[in-house]
Amino acid sequence: MNENTMRGRVTELLRAYPPATTDPAVFHRARFDAGLAWVHFPEGLGGLGISRDLQDVVDTELRSGGAPLNPAGHIGIGLGMAAPTILAFGTAEQQLRYLRPLWLGDEVWCQLFSEPGAGSDLAAVATRAVRDDGGGWVVNGQKVWTSSAHVARFAILLARTDPDVPKHRGLSYFVLDMSAPGVEVRPLRQITGEAEFNEVFLTDVRVPDTARLGEVGDGWKVANATLSSERVAIGGDQADRESGMISKVAQLWREHPGVRSAAVHDRVMERWVAAEVFRLTGARLRQRLATGAPGFEGAAMKVMFADLAQSISLLELELDPDGALQYDDWALVRPASVDFLSRGPGYRYLRAKGNSIEGGTSEVLRNIVAERVLGLPGEARVDKDVPWKKVPR
Amino acid sequence: MTLPVYSGPVRLSLVESEDEESVRTVVRKLLADRCASEDVAAVYDGAQGLHGALWRTLAADLGLAGLLVPEEAGGAGAGPRETGTVLEELGSAVAPVPFLTSAVIATSTLVRLMPEQSADRSAVRDTLVAAASGELVLTLAVPWSAVPDSPAYTVREKPDGLHGDVTPVAGADAGTFLVPALGTDGPGLWLVDRAEVRATPVTALDMTRPLATLRLDGARARPVARGRAAEDAVRAGLLTGAGLLASEQVGLAHWCLTETVSYLTERRQFGRVVGGFQAIKHRMADLHIAVESARAAARYAAAALADDPGDAPVAVAVAASVCSEVAVRAAEECVQLHGGIGMTWEHPAHLRLKRAVADQVALGTPVRHRARLGGIVGIVPDKECR
Repeated sequence: MNENTMRGRVTELLRAYPPATTDPAVFHRARFDAGLAWVHFPEGLGGLGISRDLQDVVDTELRSGGAPLNPAGHIGIGLGMAAPTILAFGTAEQQLRYLRPLWLGDEVWCQLFSEPGAGSDLAAVATRAVRDDGGGWVVNGQKVWTSSAHVARFAILLARTDPDVPKHRGLSYFVLDMSAPGVEVRPLRQITGEAEFNEVFLTDVRVPDTARLGEVGDGWKVANATLSSERVAIGGDQADRESGMISKVAQLWREHPGVRSAAVHDRVMERWVAAEVFRLTGARLRQRLATGAPGFEGAAMKVMFADLAQSISLLELELDPDGALQYDDWALVRPASVDFLSRGPGYRYLRAKGNSIEGGTSEVLRNIVAERVLGLPGEARVDKDVPWKKVPR
Repeated sequence: MTLPVYSGPVRLSLVESEDEESVRTVVRKLLADRCASEDVAAVYDGAQGLHGALWRTLAADLGLAGLLVPEEAGGAGAGPRETGTVLEELGSAVAPVPFLTSAVIATSTLVRLMPEQSADRSAVRDTLVAAASGELVLTLAVPWSAVPDSPAYTVREKPDGLHGDVTPVAGADAGTFLVPALGTDGPGLWLVDRAEVRATPVTALDMTRPLATLRLDGARARPVARGRAAEDAVRAGLLTGAGLLASEQVGLAHWCLTETVSYLTERRQFGRVVGGFQAIKHRMADLHIAVESARAAARYAAAALADDPGDAPVAVAVAASVCSEVAVRAAEECVQLHGGIGMTWEHPAHLRLKRAVADQVALGTPVRHRARLGGIVGIVPDKECR
């Protein structure tokens, strides 16, 4: 399939369901059934089984045709993590059951990986899944940092099914029904005052064996596929120049003469340059990926992003000292998605602290860059060959 | 007050084309054969041999001297992208050749005058033809620290010729100088033969790019442009130079990174490979990130100089600022992490450190580029801003 036939298909969809007079939900269903949801997925599952590159053509044509936007916000985890994993490891029944409502936004997904005792060391998860009499599983444990759990219908879950083998080999991967008895979601209030994440407590939760993704004991392999999909998503959209956090600093400088001084000017420009270089680096990475060049550069981009967000947000506070002493709102809210720019500078500063922790700490990511890109020796892994239950914790 | 420059997603290609990669391969191979570190180090002790022979091969045999010269003047008619790739390799080897000063800066200045109604168009063309063939080395006679704006004029036109000093000038062993000077009717640009100029060598921090003080004392000169055309040409030459110097810096920084990583995977202390210590790994990861992001900035500067002249001033300021600093950092890390051997004359790290530091000052320091950039994008320290 080439670009022109692809454009033809989009035009057909727009003609059959004119966006101006069609209910957005109806349009989304029609788009999914036409295989234009995610074109690299198989036919019948929202795709056409063709190269992912042509998705850009679809998105551009739909946007210029006035099509409603794909439902955003809460469904990011489903799209970015659950769907590629279900596609790679799910049975035909699982794919048919989950993918369509996921893409339509009818069913929200969350991700139950991290635990209080297993953050960077994800393979150390302690949540147990034990066989019950009927061949299903009983799950007990506690998960943390779960965004969207309070609205999720399903979760992807990493749990320990064999404590007698070393940590990477005793894990299995499940789809968990968040409405099942024994699932309790509590807001986790953060440094910013809001509860963007949740804690999830699992007490004797029953999971059928048909909800398993991949083989028993193969959970680490499945989780790695999920995480590499997440890293692909981190490259993000193409940004405009002077967008994101630096736009706030530039706006402050231009509109508030009181903040301007020769002394701080070079520091503002340093951040401006760093933001522009980050943007160019992302563009180059995407262009290289498009030509098939391999790499673990997603890890490097994320380290860069965290450093940038933290240094810009700190400078923003310093530029406007009186403003910096105030905070917009400490109320406990449970937002659908993170939006740095709509809140105040104090929020931006505090939230940016999470950028070097979430999705892999900058320390762990620097190890990944050093080991996988530069080929330096790996860290000592003292628990690698020790049965999980014998590792001191 | 200049209005802010905004732009959407990056449209220019930041990935090396097959042509650029093949140019790179040829240059790299030649430098591996003909530009050994010990021979480069010898220029600090007055050796001249490497200069001439290496430059003749690069300039004439490979045709690099004519890379930016249009085909109608006997050049290759290539662009800033290919030139940037060549400079990465020359920077990596700290090759002591006048490519940047002659084939890039002076050539870009003259090329700018090709289509103009310049005072002497045939002189421009003849000079470019000679430069493209590699026979003639050119140099723009401005201080090597000049920022890409109109230079301060230290040379004046008098009835008996040009008078004045310029210092320190890079690439001063040129056959012909392009001299910006204040004429009786305003700024202009003159061609001056070497015989008319007293060039006194300066002992430079970076001897791989020799510097000299030029004295003009009634020098006979041919005018090639006057007024605005002359100023624009000089600015274009310096902007191209500053933008492509970034590629030289990326090449140098990348050499420092890979040499250091390779040393750290062999050197053992405390019974371990030094590169296995996490403190070292994190420094190398950060340096890798810095070098790759500098590369993106340098590629964008070359791409903008080639295909988006409107955005070139922003692209060049960004690249000049970041690549200067990354090159110095990479060279400093290279010296530090090689330990004692990094401080020795026999290890080539010092050649890169000296070049990196000199490059940081050349064609505008990072602070000065950021100050200019602020003016372009509307972030200025002036109370009257906006």
